Amino acid sequence: MQDQPSAAELVEAVAEFIRNHAMPQLQGHTAFHARVAANALDIVKRELEIAPAANASEEARLKTLLGRDGTLEELNRDLCARIENGTIGLETPGLTDHLWATTLTKLAIDQPNYSGYKRAVEES
Amino acid sequence: MGAETNPLAGPLDSVARARFPEATGIANLKRLSGGASQETWSFDVSTAEGSIPLILRRAPGGSRDARATAVPLETEARLIDLASHADVPVPIVRHVLAPDDGLGHGFIMDRIDGETIARKILRDEEFASARPKLARQCGEILARLHRVDMASLPPLRTSPARSEIKQYLETYKTHGHPHPVFEMAFRWLHDNAPPEATAHTLVHGDFRNGNLMIGPDGVRAVLDWELAHIGDPMEDLGWICVNSWRFGNIDQPVGGFGSREDMFAGYEAAGGTRVDPARVKYWEVLGTLKWGVMCTIMVTAFKSGTDRSVERATIGRRSSETEVDLLRLLAPRG
Repeated sequence: MQDQPSAAELVEAVAEFIRNHAMPQLQGHTAFHARVAANALDIVKRELEIAPAANASEEARLKTLLGRDGTLEELNRDLCARIENGTIGLETPGLTDHLWATTLTKLAIDQPNYSGYKRAVEES
Repeated sequence: MGAETNPLAGPLDSVARARFPEATGIANLKRLSGGASQETWSFDVSTAEGSIPLILRRAPGGSRDARATAVPLETEARLIDLASHADVPVPIVRHVLAPDDGLGHGFIMDRIDGETIARKILRDEEFASARPKLARQCGEILARLHRVDMASLPPLRTSPARSEIKQYLETYKTHGHPHPVFEMAFRWLHDNAPPEATAHTLVHGDFRNGNLMIGPDGVRAVLDWELAHIGDPMEDLGWICVNSWRFGNIDQPVGGFGSREDMFAGYEAAGGTRVDPARVKYWEVLGTLKWGVMCTIMVTAFKSGTDRSVERATIGRRSSETEVDLLRLLAPRG
């Protein structure tokens, strides 16, 4: 077990430093890239907080859906192969629920302000 | 970099004097941002009566674009010319570069005053009176564009839905990371592809915010013809509806500024074929998937070391935006 502050808290502190202290001193392209860098750290922070539990749920859903064991990547590759060859499709019970849950988690980490994500959350 | 020290300045000055008899020189030469695959330069030809605002569009370093899908700049110039004669708003092409010009491949066209940045077009007061008209105008423009005489066209690739799918499936597979939502979209597109017999026309291929020069009066010019090809005309109507081009205005499906109904009405009123909304939706799905695959390709450039910028890296984390859009299109809830 690591000491405090947590990885997410450290990343958050660096993002705050970039936004509040570094960016005001920068101009043009460098300022733009600094903002992109701070946004990237926000993604890391959200992933550190959300991914552990979400990945475990995704793995459990995939094992049920595919009826087999494996790592998260192996299971995802198998799901891709079965969708491609038509043995699993939109009509397969549990597939759309699984894809929705997985995708909403990705967006919650990557781009929680995206219009399509916000609308999907309202609709769910 | 000032015009004095820019290596393009000398050759461009000579071209200007040769093409514009009244020219006394060039001024304000500067590279415009945007346009990763082509260089775009802004400059003025000076005359005793005033200055002529122009654009130089040129292959990077003057050489040809290596991407298989982009048309040569000479073809782009020819298409803009043909579009102009079909009453599509475009800048007038003033000169296609010749080897003697010493500027490589490219062409010079009028610089049209206006705005291409979507967030300004969709939010600024200046465009408030234009916005309600844009969707219908886009439909009218596309109808004229799709009626360009096929016999007059320069050599172009023919790319119906099936070959677009094949191309992007190969790109996606090369990337290698598993995307179950993309797989489902590829499957749906394969199973629902328009019949082979679908009538083909000239297709712009990148008709969306960013490539439309807009003023308070509406669409002033259709730019960036490098992805033009022969294909299903519904492709252009579907592409501009992709949510990524709505820039947050999710309830205005056409470019974030208008309704499909307005665009379709303009299209049919201006002589376009009867719109097939299901096929437009098909191309919206394909377009959403295309943009998603393109986002994942950014990761390849980042990981290989070609481009280590944080900007490039984070675009990879935007492919999930297209996944939620694909699910809303193909497996809607509620």
